[in-house]
Amino acid sequence: MGLEYVKISPGFEKYMPRDYVDLVTFGQFGKQVDVMQLGQFKELVEEHPMCAGCYMAYFIRVFYAALPNPEDTIVLGTAGCARLALSQAAVPFIYGNYGDTNAVASGLKRALSIRFPDKVKDVVVIAGDGGLMDIGFGMTMHSWFRREKFTTIMVDNEVYGNTGGQESGMSPKGIQLKMAPKGKQFDKINAVELAQTAGCVYVARISPTNPKRIAKVIRRAILAAREFGPTFIHAYTSCNIEYSIPTREVLADARAREKKDFKFYEWMTDEVKEYLEEIERKEKEKAKQEVQK
Amino acid sequence: MDKEKLITPGPSGYMPTPGAFMGVELPPPGKALLYGEIVDEETAMREAAKAMLTRRNPTIFPGPLVLWGWNAGAMEKAKAVLELAMEIPNCRIIPMPDYRPKYPKIDPEAEINPNHPNLTILHNKIEACIFVGVHCHYANLSLRMIRAGTNCFTIALCAEMGHEDAMVSLRDVHAEEIRKFKDVLVQVRKELGIEWEPKLPPENPSLPKEDWTKISPLDFGEYAALLMPRKGEVVEESE
Repeated sequence: MGLEYVKISPGFEKYMPRDYVDLVTFGQFGKQVDVMQLGQFKELVEEHPMCAGCYMAYFIRVFYAALPNPEDTIVLGTAGCARLALSQAAVPFIYGNYGDTNAVASGLKRALSIRFPDKVKDVVVIAGDGGLMDIGFGMTMHSWFRREKFTTIMVDNEVYGNTGGQESGMSPKGIQLKMAPKGKQFDKINAVELAQTAGCVYVARISPTNPKRIAKVIRRAILAAREFGPTFIHAYTSCNIEYSIPTREVLADARAREKKDFKFYEWMTDEVKEYLEEIERKEKEKAKQEVQK
Repeated sequence: MDKEKLITPGPSGYMPTPGAFMGVELPPPGKALLYGEIVDEETAMREAAKAMLTRRNPTIFPGPLVLWGWNAGAMEKAKAVLELAMEIPNCRIIPMPDYRPKYPKIDPEAEINPNHPNLTILHNKIEACIFVGVHCHYANLSLRMIRAGTNCFTIALCAEMGHEDAMVSLRDVHAEEIRKFKDVLVQVRKELGIEWEPKLPPENPSLPKEDWTKISPLDFGEYAALLMPRKGEVVEESE
């Protein structure tokens, strides 16, 4: 991709579907949008086949609005709920086999840096708890050990939601699920600590209740990955079907979990902190100057 | 099956044998494929032109490599495609801007999607079409699916080595070759006695008829609150 790919060939403007004309005219390509303006610009993902009340769908919507450079981003996903929305977005999407997303992302990131040495190309993996911490555990860990420069986002619904409700390594201890009637025998994996130990330079755990915070965390993770190494976000995105959460209570559940075991947590190395502070300081100054103008 | 015509317009049934399995080979440079046989470019172009001029609802399906102006070559090719479209009587352009699946369904009058191209072809009763600027792997997928379920005559203007599953497949096609095809088409049109004044095809039906960007709720003063349209609603008449 790149901005030149979102420019319609001269003469074809009146032959493109309205969706694409709107994406070029009112979309977020080449612009920096505020996540609080959602609904006021043409979004990268709109219609999707996820369940009503799915919190993962909401997280993905905010994720796309928060991308620093959507025109230079490639998203990777795998089997699981997230890919249903990811594959329908106006950002290139690669479907890795179950568990190999981080291996594919490693190769892709390296290839992009050889093919486009003068450009920054962001690679972001979004997969579920099964894809990253169970079946894809080895690939995920080794990409972090190798210090691959891309972002991994785990959308943790604490269950294999697509296949009928089997327990995953991220399901809480004792939880009874449709296909785990005896209750889970082990603790939830501490993915955040694992990521820190394995070499991630930026790690965050978030229950997505505050869109501004989600956007900030995603942006920080992507910017840090460009320069320093692997970054990881652990996001709680409940499965309202398998956990029987009424649609109207999904947000309340996220808030409750935020107070319990999904307290906001952010950790980064000193050099990443310095780098991000510098970028954010410059952005604030720029915004102030624009207001003064 | 006619031995000379391995690849013919369908419907050839669910999951038809791929052209490659039926022994169709890709043509060498300077040659083309016609019904699965390697022939001279000129012969294939004439047959393709005849199909576009005589079959119902001829349509061009430009892909992302033509629709997006990502380099000078793409823009020149896009220009050549429009010149070609102008010469085909009652031709339409239905774009394939990308390959992502669409939920719940594409608008078959506005676009074609490689994951279910038959929807667009059957809805619009298209019996002859040209694929141009579609990446090879998705062109292969679409062409075979079209042969499986529709009676559409497919023509692939490929920038690489061509496609076994198209009835006519030209290779190494860039702007210059498209213009050459256009000249052949005009010649065949004259031979067939079809009179046609070159003109551009109709625009995409999904595009809004009015320029909504210039309308602001403020234009409606104190009645603004009453005039906020619901999504997709178009008010055509008012008291």
